[in-house]
Amino acid sequence: MTASTLTIKDLHVEIEGKEIVKGFNLEISGGEIHAIMGPNGTGKSTLASAIMGHPSYEITKGSVSLDGEDVLEMEVDERARAGMFLAMQYPSEVTGVTTSDFLRTAINAHREEGDEIPLMKFIKKMDKNMETLDMNEQFSTRYLNEGFSGGEKKRNEILQLLMLEPKIAILDEIDSGLDIDALKVVSNGINNMRGESFGCLIITHYQRLLNYITPDHVHVMMQGRIVKSGDASLAQRLEAEGYDWIKEELGIEDERVGQEA
Amino acid sequence: MAVETKWAFDRETVKSWSEKRNEPTWLQEKRLEALTNAASLPMPNPDKTKLTRWNFSTFENIDSDQRAIESYSDLPGDVARLAGDESKVNSAIIQRDGKVAHNKVANELKEKGVIFTDFETAVNEHSDLLEKYFMGEAVRSDENQLTALHTALVNGGIFIYVPKNVEVEVPLQAIFWQDDVKVGLFNHVIIVAEDHSRVTYVENYVSFEKEKAAANIVTEVYVGQGAEVKYGAVDNLESGVTSYIVRRAHVQKDGRIEWALGQMNEGSTISENTTHLLGDGSYGDTKTVAVGRGEQIQNFTSNMVGHGKHSEGYILTHGVMKDASSAIFNGINKIEKGGTKAHSEQTGRVLMLSSKARGDANPILLIDEDDVTAGHAASVGKIDPMQMFYMQSRGLSTLEAERLIIHGFLEPVVGELPVEAVKERLTEVIERKVY
Ligand SMILES: Nc1ncnc2c1ncn2[C@@H]1O[C@H](COP(=O)(O)OP(=O)(O)OP(=O)(O)O)[C@@H](O)[C@H]1O
Ligand SMILES: [Mg+2]
Repeated sequence: MTASTLTIKDLHVEIEGKEIVKGFNLEISGGEIHAIMGPNGTGKSTLASAIMGHPSYEITKGSVSLDGEDVLEMEVDERARAGMFLAMQYPSEVTGVTTSDFLRTAINAHREEGDEIPLMKFIKKMDKNMETLDMNEQFSTRYLNEGFSGGEKKRNEILQLLMLEPKIAILDEIDSGLDIDALKVVSNGINNMRGESFGCLIITHYQRLLNYITPDHVHVMMQGRIVKSGDASLAQRLEAEGYDWIKEELGIEDERVGQEA
Repeated sequence: MAVETKWAFDRETVKSWSEKRNEPTWLQEKRLEALTNAASLPMPNPDKTKLTRWNFSTFENIDSDQRAIESYSDLPGDVARLAGDESKVNSAIIQRDGKVAHNKVANELKEKGVIFTDFETAVNEHSDLLEKYFMGEAVRSDENQLTALHTALVNGGIFIYVPKNVEVEVPLQAIFWQDDVKVGLFNHVIIVAEDHSRVTYVENYVSFEKEKAAANIVTEVYVGQGAEVKYGAVDNLESGVTSYIVRRAHVQKDGRIEWALGQMNEGSTISENTTHLLGDGSYGDTKTVAVGRGEQIQNFTSNMVGHGKHSEGYILTHGVMKDASSAIFNGINKIEKGGTKAHSEQTGRVLMLSSKARGDANPILLIDEDDVTAGHAASVGKIDPMQMFYMQSRGLSTLEAERLIIHGFLEPVVGELPVEAVKERLTEVIERKVY
C-alpha cells in the first residue's frame, strides 16, 4: 500500500460566528506520527472535528485535501470511506446497537455492495483486535459506548481504528482517562498500525503517551494555530517546563482562542 | 357514519349466525344482550384522542366462508413467513378472517392437558371454561360500545388453558390474517394460566389490502398464583384498517406477566394494554414499540395497576414518528390504596423523524398509597446530531446511521419478543415502516 497525505492549508474554522482555528497549516503523510500539544481551549478539538466534517463547525477559509482530493467537499461518511478516521474526545453512546453490529456495518460501508466482510473473518479480526487491546469480549455485544467507563470508551475508539484501518487518523485525547496499563495497551494498538500506509495526528496533553508512541513531529497549538514545531524532544521540554517559555518566546499573553489582545 | 353499518347486524342476523355455529345458549344470550346494549353505551375515551370521526364499522360481514389450507406450503408466502420455518414451528394456529386456515398443535400439549385451540372449537368443546372467562373480569362487555360490539360479533380468536403446575416449554404461536376487508376482524384471545403454570404466546395480526376495514380485538389473560405468562404481539394491519385493541391481564399472587408489543399497524389505531396486579408480589412488565407514518393517527395507552402489596409494575414505550403521523403515548401507573410497598416505573420515549409528525409521551402517576416507590421518565426528541456525526465518521451513510439508531432505539422491545422468527419479522416490518 502506498502512503497517503493529508494536507491542511491556512485553515480557518468558526463556530457560531466566532473564529476558533485561525490559519492552521500541516501536512501528515503515511508513515508519520504527528503530535499536537497545547493548553486547554486552543482549538485542538475544533480542528479535529472540522477536518472530519462536524456539522456545527464552519470552515471559512483554507483547504484540506487527501491525496489531492478536496476533503471539504466530501460528506462526513465520504471522508471516512476515503480513509480518514477521528477518535473523539467524547465518543457518543448509541443505545440498542451493539459494538459488533456497528463495526460490521462500518466495515461494510467501506466495502463495495456484494463484497461484505464474511462473518467469520469479521469475528476473527474482532477477536484479535480485542485481544490486542485487552478488552473483555463482552464489549462486542454491549451497546456502543453505553455505560462504558471513560477508559473503556477510549479503548473502543482504538478498537474501531484497528478494525477500520484508516490511512490517516486523528486521535483526540485518546490517553485521557486511561490508567497506566490501559495506556500501554492502547499505545501498543496504535503502534501496531504504524507503517507506510498509516499516518497519524495525536492530540494530547501528556508526554506519557508519547513515551510509548514516539512522534516524528511535535507541534504546539495556541490561539488556533501551530506556534511551534519540533521533534519528540519538544514534547519532553513541554512536560518539564510547561508552556510559559513558548509564550514568552513568542510574546503571547493569553494562549486561548479569542483571548488574544 | 359509524352507527349505520353496524346496525345492519340486528338481533336476527346475529341469532341465526350463532345458531349456525351451534353456539351454547349462554354465548348466544351474551351476544344478543351486548348487541342490544351497544347503542346506548359510550365510545371508549382514550386520553388525548377524540374518536368522534373514527369509523370502527367499515365491515359488511362477520362470517367468512374461508376454508382450511391443507398444507403449510400452500399458505401465502407472506403469511407462512410470519410463523417461520415449518420445521421450527411447534404449535401454531393460523386464522384467516376468523376461520382456521392452518393448525399445528403438538401432541405433548394435549398430553399435559393444555388447551390451545381456536375460538370456535373452544366454544364447542370447552364451553364451561370459556363461559367462565370470556368477556369476564378483565374486559367487560358493557364497558363501552366497542367492547359490547366485540361480544356481539366475535368471530375468531384463540383459547389457551394451562393447568396448574404445567409448564409449556415451546411458544404457542397465532397468526390472525384479515384477508377479506369486508369481514370485520372481531378477534378474541383468552389465556388462562392456572397456578404455578408457565406459558409463552406470540401473535401476529396481519393484512395486505389497503381498503377500508375494521378490527376490534380483545385479549384477556388470567395469570394464576405464581404463574408466568410471556405475551408477544406484532400488530401489522394495513392502512385502511381502523383498529380498536384491548389487551388486559389479571395477575394473582406472585404471578408474572411480560408483554412485548410491536404496534406496527398502518391505519388508525386505538390500543390499550392494562395489567391489574391483583395479588401480593405480582409482577407486570409492558414493553411497547410503535412506528407511525403517513397520516396515521394512533393512541397507545399502557396501564399498570397495583392492587396487591409488594407488586411491581414496569412500562417501557418507545415510539418512532415519521411523516405527518401523530400518536399519543399514555403511560399510566396506578397504585390503589392498600398496595403498600408497591413499586412502579415507566419510561416513554418518542423519536421524531419529521417536523410534521406529532408525538406525545404522557406519563401519569396515580398513587393512592403512601408507602410505595414510583418513577417515570418521558422524552420526545430528534436524533442526536452528535450520534449521527459519530456514526458517519466511521463511514456509515446518513441512511445507514439513522437505520441503526432507530433499530437501536426500538431494540429494548424487539429483543424481548419470545420467538426468533417473530423478532425477525418485526425487524422487517420496522424496516419497511421506517424506510
Ligand atoms: N460548540 C461550541 N460552541 C461554542 N464555543 C465552542 C464550541 N466548541 C468549541 N468552542 C470554543 O472553542 C474554543 C476551543 O475549543 P476546543 O474544544 O477546540 O479546545 P481544545 O484545544 O480541544 O481544548 P481541550 O484541551 O480542553 O480539549 C474554546 O474556547 C471553546 O469554548
Ligand atoms: Mg479538546
